[in-house]
Amino acid sequence: MRTAEAFAKTRAEGRAALVGYLPAGFPTLADSIKAIDIMIENGADIIEVGLPYSDPVMDGPAIQKAADRALHAGFRTSQVFEVVEAVSGRVPILIMTYWNLVERYGTGRFAADFAAAGGAGLITPDLIPDEADEWLAASDAHDLDRVFLVAPSSTDERIASTVAACRGFVYAQSVMGVTGARSATSTAAPKLVERTRAHTDLPIGVGLGVRDGDQAAEVASYGDAVIVGSAIVGCYLETDDVPSGHQRLAELTTELAGGVRR
Amino acid sequence: MPQPDLTGHWGEFGGRFVPEALIAALEELDIAHRKALEDPEFQAELAALGRDYGNLPSPMYRADRLSEAAGVEIWLKREDLNHTGAHKIRNVLGQALLTKRMGKTRVIAETGAGQHGVAAATAATYMGLECTVYMGEEDTRRQALNVARMRLLGAEVVPVTTGSRTLKDAMNEALREWVASVDHTHYLIGSVGGPHPFPMVVRDYCRGIGDEARAQLLDKTGRLPDAVAACVGGGSNAMGAFTAFLDDDVKLYGFEAGGDGYETGRHAATITAGEIGVLHGARTYVLQDEDGQTIESHSISAGLDYPGVGPEHAHLAATGRAAYEPVTDAEAMAALEKLARTEGIICAIESAHALAGALRLAEDKTLEPGSLVLVNLSGRGDKDMGTVVDYFGFDKGNDQ
Repeated sequence: MRTAEAFAKTRAEGRAALVGYLPAGFPTLADSIKAIDIMIENGADIIEVGLPYSDPVMDGPAIQKAADRALHAGFRTSQVFEVVEAVSGRVPILIMTYWNLVERYGTGRFAADFAAAGGAGLITPDLIPDEADEWLAASDAHDLDRVFLVAPSSTDERIASTVAACRGFVYAQSVMGVTGARSATSTAAPKLVERTRAHTDLPIGVGLGVRDGDQAAEVASYGDAVIVGSAIVGCYLETDDVPSGHQRLAELTTELAGGVRR
Repeated sequence: MPQPDLTGHWGEFGGRFVPEALIAALEELDIAHRKALEDPEFQAELAALGRDYGNLPSPMYRADRLSEAAGVEIWLKREDLNHTGAHKIRNVLGQALLTKRMGKTRVIAETGAGQHGVAAATAATYMGLECTVYMGEEDTRRQALNVARMRLLGAEVVPVTTGSRTLKDAMNEALREWVASVDHTHYLIGSVGGPHPFPMVVRDYCRGIGDEARAQLLDKTGRLPDAVAACVGGGSNAMGAFTAFLDDDVKLYGFEAGGDGYETGRHAATITAGEIGVLHGARTYVLQDEDGQTIESHSISAGLDYPGVGPEHAHLAATGRAAYEPVTDAEAMAALEKLARTEGIICAIESAHALAGALRLAEDKTLEPGSLVLVNLSGRGDKDMGTVVDYFGFDKGNDQ
């Protein structure tokens, strides 16, 4: 499913989309598929599958731990396509990945295998459009969305050039900092979304920091999508018992889905 | 001097593979650095600091006893005599002065063995900047003395408990922290790696090594060296030594940490054994597995124990302008001992890699007998005495 279709639906319903993030291979390969199913069944509109990486410089402790665990269990890049294939069809599935993993797999080959698995596009936190020639070509060739990031520190000029390279949606990094659930979301976020809107009609997803329904509702009041990662990962970090993690995830997703519908 | 293109690429290497959130700060740094390079006042201030505080220029010394044994004429650039004991003072003084120019009040730094951390803490305290140093938890235990030095200098030392808990993880953590504090904090990076413009900035502050050496050799011998040898981890001292000679008919040799031996897989020979990838913000050679996950490096020398390398070195290697070869732990330690016994100089284990490489080139006649070889003695060995004691068994009553 294409990202645009999901946003068409949520816009028709007059609400923001809920985007849930989980690294592939965490808590285990099979359970990452199960967890994504749970998110979809409980109201997630779009899924971001993380590709575990040894040096995740954009991520805070929760996602670092999850990626470490997946890698220690032997996770391989090619397995991300198994996950995508298993969960695709109902909502758009994007992969969020550090760039070296894609380049190492082969940018064209990655795009081809991902498209064949039913994937919608890539979110690339450490790839700016200035360095993305190969990916721009590969994503065009395989009709994949490409989501680049804008940040509170971005100049208007950079916001303009970044959104011009985006397809699907734009990822607004709402705080200057790494991923992680926060008790208060950012005051910089509404301003960043407003500045970004001046340059694009694409939906704008807001990420970093959301952990509960109230925060989701707040972000949904100005963003087109609420992106939740660390809080979701946290469901499985606080317990070694995977079924109870699944239970917590179902409850959290339901709460967040309620938040974006307020 | 070869410059990267405007967005920081040397050929296919370099660039900016970082979160968008950092781009504004990198642009600011690029502009500030280029302006400072052309500002006589900044340059005069930096030169005075280097002279009166850093003990620069460092001496150029003809190592006669060592030369006699080797059959080539070896000149040592004595960076070990600089303040804080290594070439690193050049980089930190330059960047700290630039930090003040940009109106920032704090620096953060990553460190492996602690040498760059100590240098950064020194420059920061001297210039009235706050300083936080990220250091792998493993390394804080192994290098407790340097942790104490940094704390005495007033720096905050943060042990990093993620990943392999070594230099690469300290660098990850510094980058993470920088995103959150970039409005008032400069990332005082320790080598010629990272996103553009860092490789250029650090090179420009370290290039005094080669500039001085070139003038000193011309003055003392009337000629240029036949070869320059330097050790390469991230590669700041080597870039500093090479830059002045890039346009000359001078052979350039970078010696990487061969660890237990290239064939064992336990090494830090990034250019020799790595493949092109992206790490810590730049495209360069990286020790990585089939999927692109970073592989841990190994070296007896903490300063060379890093799975990446500066992108300009990658470019010099790919174009053949410089040659990069691994030197094993054993070769380096033998050279360290030889220098101590012939010249009465105890150098850093990092620098011993450069010396060992130069001696090998003489031994296998890659360098003709009588050749003039410049070896960058990048640092002194005090910090390595614990390793030396263990390696030679001095604590087991072994008097050699």
